[in-house]
Amino acid sequence: MSFSAWQEAYRSLRERKGPFMTVSSVPIEPLYSPDGVKGFDYEKDLGYPGEYPYTRGIRPNMYRGRLWTMRQFAGFGSARESNERYKFLLSQGQTGLSVAFDMATIMGYDSDHPRAYGEVGRVGVAIDSLADMEVLFQDIPLDQVSTSMTINAPAAVIWAMYIAAAEKKGIPSHKLTGTIQNDILKEYIAQKSWIFPPEPSMRLITDIFKFAREQVPKWNTVSISGYHIREAGATALQELAFTLADGFAYVEAGIKAGLDVDDFAPRLSFFFNSHMDIFEEIAKYRAARRIWARRMKEKYGAKKQESLLLRFHTQTAGCSLTAQQPENNIVRTAYEGLAAVLGGTQSLHTNSMDEVLALPTEKAVQIALRTQQILAYETGVVNTIDPLAGSYFIEALTNQMEEGAEEYFRRIEELGGVLSAIGQNFFQQEIADAAYRYQQEIEQKERIIVGVNEFITEAKPDIDLLKIDPEIERGQVRRVQALRQTRDNLLVQRTLAELEQAALGTDNLMPKIMNAVHAYATEGEIVAVFKKVFGEYREQAVF
Amino acid sequence: MSQPRIRVLVGKPGLDGHDRGAKVIARALRDAGMEVIYSGLHQTPEQIVEAAIQEDVDVIGLSILSGAQMTIFPRVKALLKEQNSEDILLIGGGTIPDEDIEVLIQSGDAEALFTPGTPTGDIVAWIKERLGVDSPPYEHA
Repeated sequence: MSFSAWQEAYRSLRERKGPFMTVSSVPIEPLYSPDGVKGFDYEKDLGYPGEYPYTRGIRPNMYRGRLWTMRQFAGFGSARESNERYKFLLSQGQTGLSVAFDMATIMGYDSDHPRAYGEVGRVGVAIDSLADMEVLFQDIPLDQVSTSMTINAPAAVIWAMYIAAAEKKGIPSHKLTGTIQNDILKEYIAQKSWIFPPEPSMRLITDIFKFAREQVPKWNTVSISGYHIREAGATALQELAFTLADGFAYVEAGIKAGLDVDDFAPRLSFFFNSHMDIFEEIAKYRAARRIWARRMKEKYGAKKQESLLLRFHTQTAGCSLTAQQPENNIVRTAYEGLAAVLGGTQSLHTNSMDEVLALPTEKAVQIALRTQQILAYETGVVNTIDPLAGSYFIEALTNQMEEGAEEYFRRIEELGGVLSAIGQNFFQQEIADAAYRYQQEIEQKERIIVGVNEFITEAKPDIDLLKIDPEIERGQVRRVQALRQTRDNLLVQRTLAELEQAALGTDNLMPKIMNAVHAYATEGEIVAVFKKVFGEYREQAVF
Repeated sequence: MSQPRIRVLVGKPGLDGHDRGAKVIARALRDAGMEVIYSGLHQTPEQIVEAAIQEDVDVIGLSILSGAQMTIFPRVKALLKEQNSEDILLIGGGTIPDEDIEVLIQSGDAEALFTPGTPTGDIVAWIKERLGVDSPPYEHA
């Protein structure tokens, strides 16, 4: 049978009511065939795993060598509670830590600041000073565990506290492994936890690049994040294109700051979302690797292989979870985790079923971790590398992703680059439009979400939720206030004054931040110095 | 004769930056013919109430995904009382557990709270019904 004969046969039959489209509203053909991947060249488009352009994976052995890192994002209350949760997760077989901070810490306020009222310890752990950081990692061997920290605008300060906490345990900084998210561009675009304007923020980032190269060489200095862009409503293609565009902007900033691309590019890592559409997600990850490798080599002249490798963490899509029938979220998360693994992720966070309602309970987190362990040990998907390569559908989707991303790069360039496009609300408007379209599709039932607009049950969910005791905030406020009474305040003042001088000049800020942190200056005090010198960012919101 | 348009302030209080919900709701209310002012991010309760009074809105809708609902709603309500502006409807949405909803509704600190998955049309209908917009004696000062 020829393709056209099949087409005729298909058309003669009934087609059920669609629409047949991805979760990003991309229409999908009923069948993909060799016609869809004409000109496909195995060597040029795929290569072997660990070989340029790395479409099939960044290592020759992938999960046959070692499994992905199972890394559950966690943190709540005070450092003491979070420390206990981390030790629980490590005892359950988790292989890396991932710290969630509360909003006050993320925004650079101490717990006793009026703006922190009601937010302390709510969505993550409250960290005010090195003293809290020491408690957070008590009895955890920081030379053996890698730690990822979701911190952006004040990343330099929190990272300095982590390095200092390790030093106080006798662990030198060059032994530390982990990641700071430190991706300010996606904050302006999507997540909106900014403090300073873009230019000084980019300076802090390039200072971190330089400091890491000399002092913390195994640290991932930026986790260039599509996750939040997707959660804000972007499509898979927008997530891919905007994230990579941010990545290239960091590369250009590093080069402009006088660094050789191969001196910092190997420490750049990525963080993607995994939403419900399995094949679209897999194509996204494969395209991401290929685009990054090609551009890094061809446009930025990277020579080291490690500079070309797009290493990424994945988190399943929080925005795909439903408050209705929350147990169904276990199933959603399992499919999303599957897509991430089939896409070759280096580490994975699987969401807990109750995260749409509150921070997860211990039981919900355990099921989420077990979901990964079942994927790894029972399903067999780890036995062979990039198992979907050569599928007409997957290769066509991967090509389509790459072409779509290139088109976005052209538009961003026309707007004057990423920072300029942010100033023109380009990304923000694209994302708001996509989010609104998605919502409309659900309301018009063009898209079925089980338990939300179809297969509805009236019963209220009967699950236990984690509660944050308001006493935690009061305790944290007392602790930071007591710290200010007991530390050497002359030393704090001196280190902060030196930091201010450095901020006014061009010296690397990291050593000065380290001094202030060691003197037990608080996060809020250090950020206040930067606010005074750098000012604060304001956005013109669009909807 | 055309009726005066309903004016709504969509507010994003606290430090949290998750504004997807706030923006989708703002746009849906605008598409439903309402005049929508979006506060922007990182607003204090004081800033929100001040903007609401200045903009002479009928409704304040707060979007909260940070778990801070039990401090923010009572604070906004108290400020509205202080300003003699209790006639402004205070509603909200976000990741708010059922038991918190019950407490906030009972105490009168919120008139209605909408959780994830609520069709935007339901919120439009609720506001219109509550303001009696389809029956005439509704007017702006």
